[in-house]
Amino acid sequence: MTDLSSTAPFSRSSHRSEAFEARLQRRYRSERMFQRAGIGAIIFAGLMLVMLLTTIVLNGYTAFWQSRFDVSVYFDPEAISPSGSIDPETLSAGDYPALVRSALTELVPAATGRDGKRALMELVSSAAGYTLRAMVMADPKLIGTHQTVSLLASDNTDQFIKGHIARSALPGERTVSDRQIGWIDDLRAKGVLKSHFSLDVLTQPNSRQPEQAGMWGALIGSIMTMLVTLALAVPVGVAAAVYLEEFAPQNRWTDLIEVNINNLAAVPSIVFGLLGLSMFLNFFGLPRSSALIGGVVLALMTLPTIIIASRAALKSVPPSIREAALGIGASPLQVILHHVLPLAAPGILTGTILGLARALGETAPLLLIGMVAFVVNVPAALSDPSTVLPVQIFMWADAPERGWTERTSAAIMLLLGFLILMNALAVLLRKKFERRW
Amino acid sequence: MRFELSDRSSGDRATPGKITARAVDVYYGAKRALHNITLNIDGNRVTALIGPSGCGKSTFLRCLNRMNDTIDICRVHGQIELDGEDIYAKTIDTVQLRARVGMVFQKPNPFPKSIYDNIAYGPRIHGLAQRGPEMDEIVQSSLERAGLWNEVKDRLKEPGTGLSGGQQQRLCIARAIAVSPEVILMDEPCSALDPIATAHIEELIDELRENYTIIIVTHNMQQAARVSQKTAFFHLGEMVECNDTEEIFTNPRDERTHGYITGRYG
Repeated sequence: MTDLSSTAPFSRSSHRSEAFEARLQRRYRSERMFQRAGIGAIIFAGLMLVMLLTTIVLNGYTAFWQSRFDVSVYFDPEAISPSGSIDPETLSAGDYPALVRSALTELVPAATGRDGKRALMELVSSAAGYTLRAMVMADPKLIGTHQTVSLLASDNTDQFIKGHIARSALPGERTVSDRQIGWIDDLRAKGVLKSHFSLDVLTQPNSRQPEQAGMWGALIGSIMTMLVTLALAVPVGVAAAVYLEEFAPQNRWTDLIEVNINNLAAVPSIVFGLLGLSMFLNFFGLPRSSALIGGVVLALMTLPTIIIASRAALKSVPPSIREAALGIGASPLQVILHHVLPLAAPGILTGTILGLARALGETAPLLLIGMVAFVVNVPAALSDPSTVLPVQIFMWADAPERGWTERTSAAIMLLLGFLILMNALAVLLRKKFERRW
Repeated sequence: MRFELSDRSSGDRATPGKITARAVDVYYGAKRALHNITLNIDGNRVTALIGPSGCGKSTFLRCLNRMNDTIDICRVHGQIELDGEDIYAKTIDTVQLRARVGMVFQKPNPFPKSIYDNIAYGPRIHGLAQRGPEMDEIVQSSLERAGLWNEVKDRLKEPGTGLSGGQQQRLCIARAIAVSPEVILMDEPCSALDPIATAHIEELIDELRENYTIIIVTHNMQQAARVSQKTAFFHLGEMVECNDTEEIFTNPRDERTHGYITGRYG
């Protein structure tokens, strides 16, 4: 027997030497540094996120409050239908702004003359006349009566009340005049002009006037576009992934296909928009600005992501499961349908949802196929002109009036809400269906 | 080194020539994994394939139910007959072949489904039984034959992956039995199991010999000696020696066999 310690590469006492202790301390120190750097990175990222969200929410929450006049309106037969006829054509041609004007002048007798009345009318949204017309069209018996009606205030009035237009600014640098400020203060003191909670920003279609604009049309457009994308990209993507992963031989062709798919995943999205423009609009002549084309273009953009995610999910199913099924005589298709796909489903689902979330937030390719058009009607069919939330944000952010700022932020909040929902769904589904073997 | 040999008489119902392999060569791409293997396997017997790692015994085993077909670069030459029928003939369907030649793998690989569904899957896809009492009976008899029934009869709806390693492996054997194969191939079925579970499986193999032809690949020479009646020794892609297990372990003819079983290499 030889002495073991003498055959060891170094003396065992060195484990307790001071040099060893010092080395150990250094190792622990570097680990602590590493951890701190990691925590620092997380705090930094978190702060950035909080800053972004706070800015958006602070800018956007006021969009859910809307200033309105609660005024008594006299439905003057002279202005609505001088001939006394109540057929819809006559009623719709009535002079409804006159009713608004006389109702307001009653409240603000100081507004006299042409200029004074115009300045007074600037306080009310141009939608006020349409509100009255809609009321009369729905119920012609209102003609000749007095009714208390809630009329939308104009963008400038609303923004002034919300404090977004500073009272202290020089008269030439703000969009409400001193005279109008006086009237607003007066009407608010009388309780006629008030701020109400309102979901109009969500439930109304788009408009040229910020106080009337909502994102319902864009929301429906987004949902329709996503449905088209989902219906196209998922079956095609999963089928392609299954074929490439399970059936295709490994040769130059499949290598080439794989390289191309990976390349496509990195192609800037605007290129897909150009493709859609030249292929679907110019060559096939499909309807411009429609959710159909938007969905197809986004499906093309999402396909590589879904294929790559699905292939990774299929690859992660252990070969032992395939062998087990093959070993008792399952055909290759049965192996895939009964065993591999169910096990890969959570991964495929996660990849799909993340791909769709990206498509939901995509703007650039849709600009090229005309979805940037100003669309007032809520789309009812896939071929109707429509727009989507991110494009709506882009358009609103571009407009100059102060009222658009809060609406842009509100739209961003809605979009972020959807994205968070989708990502949470992805995490949930993965947690629920994930199996261990 | 002494081996405790299988004491069961080896001739009871043996049917010679269940499987015959003639001049089998297997290539993985350009690499030749098996050289000119000629081997006769008797029915209703346990044949052990032994040899050092990488000697080609698993490759040979996977030729017998054409599992190698799933590997793109693998090519098999030569002739393998099951009951006198060439299993590599064009007329042979691999799905049908694998229903006749079942397989148990090295690592227990139950499906991530219930114990019941693990067993019922095979009969279901082959249309051997309808859902209901008929299927229940197949499940029960398969589990009974695999010696697992008493342990799992109250939890057939629980996932098969929740069983212990040894139970999982017996579940896999029951799954193979459920489609009534003629031959069961076992690729190191005990290498992931503890000694008690191993003993269980070995007993089971011996009982199954009554009704099935069993071919087992093993690294464990004691195991080969305990369970098999015939043993084939593989070395570097060649089949060096095949004989009655007793002969191989007591009186090996080839120098290499002698070296391996006495533990000089492997």
